[in-house]
Amino acid sequence: MQVEITVNGQQRTDDVEPRLLLVHYLREVCGLRAANVGCDTTSCGACTVLMKGAGEGGGGTSVKSCTVLAVQANGRQVTTAEGLAPAGELHPVQAAFRQEHGLQCGFCTPGMVMAAVGLLSENPDPTEAEVREGLEGNFCRCTGYHNIVRAVLAAAASGSGAAEDRDGAAEQERAEVGA
Amino acid sequence: MIPAPFDYVAAESATHALDLLDSLGDDAKLLAGGHSLLPMMKLRLATPAVLIDIGRLTELIGIRADGDDLVIGAATPHAAVAASDLVRADAPLLAHSAAQVGDPQIRHRGTIGGSLAHADPAADLPMALVALGGRVDLVGQGGTRSVAADDFFTGFFETSLEPGELIASVRVPRHPGAAWGYQKFVRRANDWAIVGAAAINGRIALANMGPTPLRARAAEQALAEGASAAEAADLAAEGTEPGEDVHADRDYRRHLARVLTRRALEQRT
Repeated sequence: MQVEITVNGQQRTDDVEPRLLLVHYLREVCGLRAANVGCDTTSCGACTVLMKGAGEGGGGTSVKSCTVLAVQANGRQVTTAEGLAPAGELHPVQAAFRQEHGLQCGFCTPGMVMAAVGLLSENPDPTEAEVREGLEGNFCRCTGYHNIVRAVLAAAASGSGAAEDRDGAAEQERAEVGA
Repeated sequence: MIPAPFDYVAAESATHALDLLDSLGDDAKLLAGGHSLLPMMKLRLATPAVLIDIGRLTELIGIRADGDDLVIGAATPHAAVAASDLVRADAPLLAHSAAQVGDPQIRHRGTIGGSLAHADPAADLPMALVALGGRVDLVGQGGTRSVAADDFFTGFFETSLEPGELIASVRVPRHPGAAWGYQKFVRRANDWAIVGAAAINGRIALANMGPTPLRARAAEQALAEGASAAEAADLAAEGTEPGEDVHADRDYRRHLARVLTRRALEQRT
Protein backbone atom coordinates (compact mmCIF):
# COMPACT_ATOMS: atom_id res chain seq x y z
CA MET A 1 0.00 0.00 0.00
CA GLN A 2 1.21 3.50 -0.81
CA VAL A 3 1.67 5.85 2.14
CA GLU A 4 2.54 9.52 2.30
CA ILE A 5 4.24 10.38 5.53
CA THR A 6 6.09 13.56 6.45
CA VAL A 7 9.18 12.42 8.30
CA ASN A 8 11.22 15.13 10.03
CA GLY A 9 9.67 17.76 7.79
CA GLN A 10 10.18 15.90 4.51
CA GLN A 11 7.21 14.40 2.75
CA ARG A 12 7.84 10.89 1.46
CA THR A 13 5.85 8.45 -0.58
CA ASP A 14 6.59 4.79 -0.01
CA ASP A 15 5.08 1.45 -0.83
CA VAL A 16 4.72 -0.57 2.36
CA GLU A 17 3.20 -3.81 3.49
CA PRO A 18 0.24 -3.14 5.78
CA ARG A 19 1.94 -5.12 8.53
CA LEU A 20 5.07 -2.95 8.51
CA LEU A 21 5.47 -1.33 11.91
CA LEU A 22 6.23 2.37 12.05
CA VAL A 23 9.53 1.74 13.84
CA HIS A 24 10.69 -0.59 11.04
CA TYR A 25 9.50 1.92 8.46
CA LEU A 26 11.59 4.63 10.12
CA ARG A 27 14.67 2.45 10.59
CA GLU A 28 14.68 0.36 7.44
CA VAL A 29 12.79 2.37 4.82
CA CYS A 30 13.83 5.88 5.92
CA GLY A 31 17.23 4.85 7.30
CA LEU A 32 16.61 6.71 10.55
CA ARG A 33 18.06 4.66 13.38
CA ALA A 34 17.37 6.86 16.41
CA ALA A 35 14.15 5.09 17.36
CA ASN A 36 15.27 1.77 18.81
CA VAL A 37 13.41 -1.50 19.07
CA GLY A 38 13.71 -2.38 22.72
CA CYS A 39 11.04 -4.58 24.25
CA ASP A 40 8.85 -4.63 21.12
CA THR A 41 5.83 -4.91 23.45
CA THR A 42 4.73 -1.28 24.06
CA SER A 43 6.50 -1.22 27.40
CA CYS A 44 10.00 0.26 27.24
CA GLY A 45 9.51 3.38 25.12
CA ALA A 46 12.84 3.12 23.28
CA CYS A 47 10.91 3.46 20.00
CA THR A 48 9.08 6.66 21.05
CA VAL A 49 8.58 9.24 18.28
CA LEU A 50 6.21 12.17 17.87
CA MET A 51 3.23 11.82 15.55
CA LYS A 52 0.92 14.59 14.45
CA GLY A 53 -2.27 14.30 12.48
CA ALA A 54 -3.39 16.59 9.69
CA GLY A 55 -4.90 19.72 11.19
CA GLU A 56 -3.44 19.15 14.65
CA GLY A 57 -1.36 21.88 16.22
CA GLY A 58 1.99 21.65 18.00
CA GLY A 59 4.77 19.23 17.30
CA GLY A 60 2.72 16.06 17.74
CA THR A 61 2.21 13.62 20.58
CA SER A 62 4.52 10.87 21.74
CA VAL A 63 3.72 7.36 20.49
CA LYS A 64 5.47 4.01 20.67
CA SER A 65 6.34 3.28 17.07
CA CYS A 66 6.55 -0.49 17.70
CA THR A 67 2.78 -0.43 18.20
CA VAL A 68 1.76 1.77 15.30
CA LEU A 69 1.50 0.52 11.74
CA ALA A 70 3.18 2.61 9.07
CA VAL A 71 -0.20 2.71 7.31
CA GLN A 72 -1.69 4.32 10.43
CA ALA A 73 0.83 7.15 9.99
CA ASN A 74 -0.33 7.73 6.42
CA GLY A 75 -1.00 11.44 5.91
CA ARG A 76 0.62 12.33 9.21
CA GLN A 77 3.83 13.96 10.36
CA VAL A 78 6.38 11.94 12.29
CA THR A 79 9.37 13.40 14.13
CA THR A 80 12.29 11.30 15.31
CA ALA A 81 15.27 12.38 17.40
CA GLU A 82 17.15 13.07 14.13
CA GLY A 83 14.59 15.74 13.30
CA LEU A 84 14.66 17.67 16.56
CA ALA A 85 17.46 20.03 15.62
CA PRO A 86 19.52 20.86 12.52
CA ALA A 87 22.54 18.61 11.93
CA GLY A 88 25.35 19.40 14.33
CA GLU A 89 23.06 21.17 16.78
CA LEU A 90 21.25 19.91 19.84
CA HIS A 91 17.63 20.47 20.78
CA PRO A 92 17.47 22.04 24.29
CA VAL A 93 16.18 18.75 25.69
CA GLN A 94 19.10 16.89 24.10
CA ALA A 95 21.53 19.52 25.43
CA ALA A 96 20.04 19.16 28.91
CA PHE A 97 20.47 15.36 28.78
CA ARG A 98 24.16 15.90 27.97
CA GLN A 99 24.60 18.62 30.58
CA GLU A 100 22.93 16.60 33.35
CA HIS A 101 24.44 13.27 32.33
CA GLY A 102 20.98 11.88 31.62
CA LEU A 103 22.30 8.87 29.77
CA GLN A 104 24.82 6.09 30.09
CA CYS A 105 24.63 3.39 27.40
CA GLY A 106 22.32 5.59 25.35
CA PHE A 107 19.90 2.94 24.11
CA CYS A 108 16.84 4.41 25.80
CA THR A 109 17.93 8.00 25.17
CA PRO A 110 16.26 8.79 21.82
CA GLY A 111 12.93 7.52 23.17
CA MET A 112 13.48 9.26 26.48
CA VAL A 113 14.23 12.56 24.71
CA MET A 114 11.20 12.27 22.42
CA ALA A 115 8.94 11.44 25.37
CA ALA A 116 10.38 14.43 27.23
CA VAL A 117 9.86 16.76 24.27
CA GLY A 118 6.27 15.53 24.04
CA LEU A 119 5.78 15.98 27.77
CA LEU A 120 7.13 19.55 27.75
CA SER A 121 4.93 20.51 24.81
CA GLU A 122 1.89 19.43 26.86
CA ASN A 123 3.20 20.73 30.17
CA PRO A 124 6.02 23.29 29.76
CA ASP A 125 6.59 23.70 33.50
CA PRO A 126 6.21 20.27 35.11
CA THR A 127 6.92 19.38 38.72
CA GLU A 128 9.41 16.60 39.43
CA ALA A 129 6.51 14.24 40.09
CA GLU A 130 4.91 15.18 36.77
CA VAL A 131 8.20 14.47 34.97
CA ARG A 132 8.45 11.06 36.62
CA GLU A 133 4.86 10.22 35.75
CA GLY A 134 5.26 11.69 32.27
CA LEU A 135 8.20 9.37 31.60
CA GLU A 136 6.42 6.34 33.03
CA GLY A 137 6.40 4.76 29.59
CA ASN A 138 10.18 4.87 29.17
CA PHE A 139 12.58 2.47 30.82
CA CYS A 140 16.26 3.11 31.49
CA ARG A 141 18.19 0.05 32.62
CA CYS A 142 21.53 1.65 33.46
CA THR A 143 21.73 5.29 34.54
CA GLY A 144 18.57 5.20 36.57
CA TYR A 145 16.11 8.01 36.45
CA HIS A 146 17.49 10.76 38.70
CA ASN A 147 19.67 12.43 36.09
CA ILE A 148 17.06 11.98 33.38
CA VAL A 149 14.45 13.72 35.53
CA ARG A 150 16.99 16.43 36.36
CA ALA A 151 17.67 16.91 32.64
CA VAL A 152 13.98 17.31 31.81
CA LEU A 153 13.53 19.78 34.65
CA ALA A 154 16.61 21.70 33.46
CA ALA A 155 15.22 21.85 29.93
CA ALA A 156 11.89 23.09 31.30
CA ALA A 157 13.62 25.70 33.49
CA SER A 158 15.55 27.01 30.49
CA GLY A 159 12.14 27.64 28.96
CA SER A 160 13.57 26.78 25.59
CA GLY A 161 12.28 23.24 25.33
CA ALA A 162 8.73 24.26 24.58
CA ALA A 163 9.71 27.36 22.62
CA GLU A 164 12.05 25.36 20.43
CA ASP A 165 9.31 22.84 19.86
CA ARG A 166 6.93 25.57 18.71
CA ASP A 167 9.61 26.93 16.39
CA GLY A 168 10.18 23.43 15.06
CA ALA A 169 6.48 23.00 14.46
CA ALA A 170 6.26 26.33 12.68
CA GLU A 171 9.25 25.40 10.55
CA GLN A 172 7.64 22.07 9.77
CA GLU A 173 4.44 23.82 8.73
CA ARG A 174 6.36 26.27 6.54
CA ALA A 175 8.15 23.37 4.90
CA GLU A 176 4.81 21.71 4.31
CA VAL A 177 3.30 24.59 2.42
CA GLY A 178 6.52 24.90 0.46
CA ALA A 179 7.29 28.40 1.80
CA MET B 1 7.83 -9.35 16.31
CA ILE B 2 5.95 -8.92 13.06
CA PRO B 3 2.23 -9.54 12.62
CA ALA B 4 1.10 -12.14 10.08
CA PRO B 5 0.24 -10.57 6.73
CA PHE B 6 -3.14 -8.89 6.37
CA ASP B 7 -4.96 -6.48 4.10
CA TYR B 8 -5.69 -2.98 5.33
CA VAL B 9 -8.70 -0.82 4.53
CA ALA B 10 -9.18 2.68 5.91
CA ALA B 11 -12.94 2.95 6.43
CA GLU B 12 -14.50 6.12 5.03
CA SER B 13 -17.38 6.11 7.51
CA ALA B 14 -18.89 3.93 10.21
CA THR B 15 -21.41 2.70 7.64
CA HIS B 16 -18.55 1.76 5.32
CA ALA B 17 -16.88 -0.11 8.18
CA LEU B 18 -20.12 -1.99 8.89
CA ASP B 19 -20.50 -2.91 5.21
CA LEU B 20 -16.92 -4.21 5.18
CA LEU B 21 -17.54 -6.19 8.37
CA ASP B 22 -20.68 -7.62 6.80
CA SER B 23 -18.95 -8.73 3.62
CA LEU B 24 -15.70 -9.93 5.21
CA GLY B 25 -17.17 -11.69 8.24
CA ASP B 26 -14.90 -13.27 10.81
CA ASP B 27 -11.77 -12.63 8.73
CA ALA B 28 -11.89 -8.92 9.54
CA LYS B 29 -11.11 -6.99 12.69
CA LEU B 30 -11.67 -3.34 13.48
CA LEU B 31 -8.57 -1.26 14.18
CA ALA B 32 -8.69 2.04 16.06
CA GLY B 33 -5.64 2.88 18.19
CA GLY B 34 -4.42 -0.69 17.89
CA HIS B 35 -2.99 -0.78 21.40
CA SER B 36 -4.75 -4.01 22.32
CA LEU B 37 -5.04 -5.59 18.88
CA LEU B 38 -1.55 -4.96 17.47
CA PRO B 39 0.27 -6.50 20.46
CA MET B 40 -1.93 -9.59 20.04
CA MET B 41 -1.20 -9.67 16.33
CA LYS B 42 2.53 -9.33 16.95
CA LEU B 43 2.33 -12.35 19.24
CA ARG B 44 0.23 -14.09 16.57
CA LEU B 45 -2.56 -14.54 19.10
CA ALA B 46 -4.73 -12.78 16.54
CA THR B 47 -4.31 -13.24 12.80
CA PRO B 48 -7.08 -11.32 11.06
CA ALA B 49 -7.00 -11.38 7.26
CA VAL B 50 -8.20 -7.78 7.02
CA LEU B 51 -7.94 -4.77 9.31
CA ILE B 52 -10.63 -2.14 8.93
CA ASP B 53 -9.21 1.13 10.27
CA ILE B 54 -11.86 3.22 12.04
CA GLY B 55 -9.30 5.22 14.01
CA ARG B 56 -9.65 8.36 11.92
CA LEU B 57 -13.43 8.52 11.68
CA THR B 58 -14.35 11.87 13.18
CA GLU B 59 -17.91 10.65 13.72
CA LEU B 60 -16.47 8.18 16.27
CA ILE B 61 -14.26 10.73 18.04
CA GLY B 62 -15.30 13.38 20.53
CA ILE B 63 -17.01 14.05 23.82
CA ARG B 64 -20.39 15.72 24.31
CA ALA B 65 -23.11 16.12 26.88
CA ASP B 66 -26.46 14.55 26.01
CA GLY B 67 -29.00 15.35 28.72
CA ASP B 68 -28.02 13.45 31.84
CA ASP B 69 -25.28 11.53 30.03
CA LEU B 70 -21.81 12.17 28.69
CA VAL B 71 -21.30 10.54 25.31
CA ILE B 72 -17.76 9.64 24.30
CA GLY B 73 -17.01 8.51 20.76
CA ALA B 74 -15.55 5.02 20.68
CA ALA B 75 -12.36 6.09 18.89
CA THR B 76 -11.59 8.87 21.37
CA PRO B 77 -8.09 8.33 22.79
CA HIS B 78 -7.61 7.92 26.54
CA ALA B 79 -5.53 11.12 26.70
CA ALA B 80 -8.46 13.14 25.32
CA VAL B 81 -10.88 11.59 27.83
CA ALA B 82 -8.44 12.24 30.68
CA ALA B 83 -7.87 15.87 29.63
CA SER B 84 -11.49 16.76 28.82
CA ASP B 85 -12.86 19.53 31.03
CA LEU B 86 -16.34 18.10 30.52
CA VAL B 87 -15.35 14.62 31.68
CA ARG B 88 -13.27 15.95 34.56
CA ALA B 89 -16.22 18.02 35.79
CA ASP B 90 -19.11 15.63 35.16
CA ALA B 91 -17.52 12.16 35.36
CA PRO B 92 -14.24 12.61 37.24
CA LEU B 93 -13.93 8.88 37.94
CA LEU B 94 -13.85 8.24 34.19
CA ALA B 95 -11.26 10.98 33.59
CA HIS B 96 -9.11 9.53 36.38
CA SER B 97 -9.51 6.00 35.06
CA ALA B 98 -8.49 7.05 31.53
CA ALA B 99 -5.40 8.71 33.02
CA GLN B 100 -4.42 5.40 34.69
CA VAL B 101 -4.27 3.40 31.45
CA GLY B 102 -0.71 2.35 30.57
CA ASP B 103 1.54 5.37 30.08
CA PRO B 104 1.35 8.68 28.18
CA GLN B 105 2.31 7.18 24.82
CA ILE B 106 -0.30 4.44 25.18
CA ARG B 107 -2.93 6.99 26.18
CA HIS B 108 -2.19 9.03 23.05
CA ARG B 109 -3.13 6.07 20.84
CA GLY B 110 -5.38 3.69 22.78
CA THR B 111 -9.11 4.37 22.60
CA ILE B 112 -12.00 3.97 25.02
CA GLY B 113 -13.98 1.78 22.61
CA GLY B 114 -10.96 -0.37 21.89
CA SER B 115 -10.30 -0.98 25.56
CA LEU B 116 -13.93 -1.93 26.21
CA ALA B 117 -14.12 -4.21 23.16
CA HIS B 118 -10.90 -5.92 24.21
CA ALA B 119 -12.55 -6.54 27.61
CA ASP B 120 -9.48 -7.36 29.64
CA PRO B 121 -10.85 -7.91 33.17
CA ALA B 122 -7.67 -6.33 34.58
CA ALA B 123 -8.06 -3.12 32.57
CA ASP B 124 -9.07 0.29 33.91
CA LEU B 125 -11.92 1.38 31.69
CA PRO B 126 -14.10 -1.75 31.90
CA MET B 127 -14.02 -1.46 35.71
CA ALA B 128 -14.74 2.27 35.54
CA LEU B 129 -17.70 1.78 33.21
CA VAL B 130 -19.20 -0.86 35.50
CA ALA B 131 -18.70 1.36 38.56
CA LEU B 132 -20.30 4.29 36.78
CA GLY B 133 -23.28 2.29 35.52
CA GLY B 134 -22.41 3.35 31.99
CA ARG B 135 -23.63 1.96 28.70
CA VAL B 136 -22.09 0.96 25.40
CA ASP B 137 -23.92 2.14 22.27
CA LEU B 138 -23.54 -0.39 19.46
CA VAL B 139 -24.35 -0.06 15.80
CA GLY B 140 -24.80 -2.84 13.26
CA GLN B 141 -26.62 -3.55 10.01
CA GLY B 142 -29.79 -4.12 12.01
CA GLY B 143 -29.63 -0.72 13.70
CA THR B 144 -28.44 0.48 17.05
CA ARG B 145 -28.71 -0.88 20.57
CA SER B 146 -27.46 0.22 23.92
CA VAL B 147 -26.05 -2.31 26.38
CA ALA B 148 -25.55 -1.65 30.10
CA ALA B 149 -21.99 -2.13 31.32
CA ASP B 150 -23.15 -4.93 33.65
CA ASP B 151 -24.38 -6.88 30.59
CA PHE B 152 -21.67 -5.90 28.12
CA PHE B 153 -18.86 -7.98 29.60
CA THR B 154 -19.82 -11.63 29.21
CA GLY B 155 -16.59 -13.54 29.81
CA PHE B 156 -12.80 -13.49 29.75
CA PHE B 157 -12.02 -11.07 26.88
CA GLU B 158 -15.62 -11.56 25.70
CA THR B 159 -18.40 -9.05 25.23
CA SER B 160 -21.95 -9.00 23.95
CA LEU B 161 -20.76 -7.38 20.71
CA GLU B 162 -22.24 -9.42 17.87
CA PRO B 163 -20.35 -10.17 14.66
CA GLY B 164 -20.89 -7.22 12.35
CA GLU B 165 -21.39 -4.70 15.16
CA LEU B 166 -19.13 -1.89 16.25
CA ILE B 167 -19.06 0.33 19.31
CA ALA B 168 -20.20 3.79 18.28
CA SER B 169 -19.95 5.48 21.64
CA VAL B 170 -19.76 5.06 25.37
CA ARG B 171 -22.32 6.67 27.63
CA VAL B 172 -21.86 7.50 31.31
CA PRO B 173 -24.24 9.29 33.66
CA ARG B 174 -23.19 12.83 34.55
CA HIS B 175 -22.63 13.14 38.25
CA PRO B 176 -20.79 16.35 39.10
CA GLY B 177 -19.87 16.37 42.76
CA ALA B 178 -20.35 12.63 43.26
CA ALA B 179 -18.10 10.98 45.85
CA TRP B 180 -15.72 8.50 44.27
CA GLY B 181 -12.56 6.53 44.91
CA TYR B 182 -10.21 4.61 42.63
CA GLN B 183 -7.59 2.09 43.63
CA LYS B 184 -5.35 -0.08 41.52
CA PHE B 185 -2.62 -2.39 42.76
CA VAL B 186 0.24 -2.95 40.34
CA ARG B 187 3.71 -4.34 40.76
CA ARG B 188 5.35 -2.32 37.96
CA ALA B 189 4.81 1.04 36.28
CA ASN B 190 2.28 0.91 33.42
CA ASP B 191 1.17 -2.64 34.25
CA TRP B 192 -2.37 -3.98 34.48
CA ALA B 193 -4.05 -4.15 37.85
CA ILE B 194 -3.38 -7.24 39.93
CA VAL B 195 -6.66 -6.13 41.51
CA GLY B 196 -8.52 -2.84 41.15
CA ALA B 197 -11.47 -1.27 42.95
CA ALA B 198 -13.56 1.73 41.92
CA ALA B 199 -16.32 3.18 44.06
CA ILE B 200 -18.80 5.91 43.29
CA ASN B 201 -21.60 6.78 45.66
CA GLY B 202 -22.86 3.32 46.69
CA ARG B 203 -21.58 1.36 43.68
CA ILE B 204 -18.37 -0.66 43.75
CA ALA B 205 -16.64 -2.37 40.81
CA LEU B 206 -13.64 -4.67 40.91
CA ALA B 207 -10.99 -5.38 38.27
CA ASN B 208 -9.28 -8.74 37.84
CA MET B 209 -11.38 -10.57 40.42
CA GLY B 210 -12.92 -12.86 37.81
CA PRO B 211 -13.29 -13.23 34.06
CA THR B 212 -15.08 -9.88 33.76
CA PRO B 213 -15.13 -6.65 35.75
CA LEU B 214 -17.52 -7.28 38.64
CA ARG B 215 -19.81 -5.43 41.01
CA ALA B 216 -19.02 -6.07 44.67
CA ARG B 217 -22.70 -6.53 45.39
CA ALA B 218 -22.46 -7.83 48.95
CA ALA B 219 -20.38 -4.81 49.90
CA GLU B 220 -22.77 -2.47 48.07
CA GLN B 221 -25.72 -3.96 49.94
CA ALA B 222 -23.97 -3.61 53.29
CA LEU B 223 -23.26 0.04 52.51
CA ALA B 224 -26.89 0.60 51.61
CA GLU B 225 -27.85 -0.88 54.97
CA GLY B 226 -25.61 1.55 56.80
CA ALA B 227 -22.38 -0.41 57.22
CA SER B 228 -19.13 1.53 57.55
CA ALA B 229 -16.60 1.54 54.72
CA ALA B 230 -14.45 -0.98 56.59
CA GLU B 231 -17.41 -3.27 57.35
CA ALA B 232 -18.64 -3.16 53.75
CA ALA B 233 -15.16 -3.69 52.35
CA ASP B 234 -14.82 -6.90 54.34
CA LEU B 235 -17.48 -8.33 52.01
CA ALA B 236 -15.83 -7.13 48.78
CA ALA B 237 -14.55 -10.56 47.72
CA GLU B 238 -17.86 -12.37 48.42
CA GLY B 239 -18.93 -14.42 45.43
CA THR B 240 -15.78 -13.75 43.40
CA GLU B 241 -13.71 -16.47 41.73
CA PRO B 242 -10.47 -14.69 40.86
CA GLY B 243 -7.86 -16.40 38.74
CA GLU B 244 -4.35 -17.27 39.83
CA ASP B 245 -1.16 -16.26 38.08
CA VAL B 246 2.47 -15.43 38.73
CA HIS B 247 1.46 -12.21 40.48
CA ALA B 248 -1.10 -13.48 42.95
CA ASP B 249 -2.98 -16.52 44.13
CA ARG B 250 -6.71 -16.53 44.81
CA ASP B 251 -6.51 -15.71 48.52
CA TYR B 252 -4.14 -12.83 47.94
CA ARG B 253 -6.47 -11.38 45.30
CA ARG B 254 -9.39 -11.65 47.73
CA HIS B 255 -7.29 -9.89 50.36
CA LEU B 256 -6.45 -7.14 47.88
CA ALA B 257 -10.11 -6.75 46.92
CA ARG B 258 -11.02 -6.12 50.57
CA VAL B 259 -8.16 -3.70 51.18
CA LEU B 260 -8.56 -1.77 47.92
CA THR B 261 -12.33 -1.55 48.32
CA ARG B 262 -11.89 -0.11 51.81
CA ARG B 263 -9.38 2.41 50.48
CA ALA B 264 -11.63 3.34 47.56
CA LEU B 265 -14.62 3.78 49.88
CA GLU B 266 -12.60 5.85 52.32
CA GLN B 267 -11.21 7.91 49.46
CA ARG B 268 -14.71 9.07 48.47
CA THR B 269 -15.21 12.71 49.40
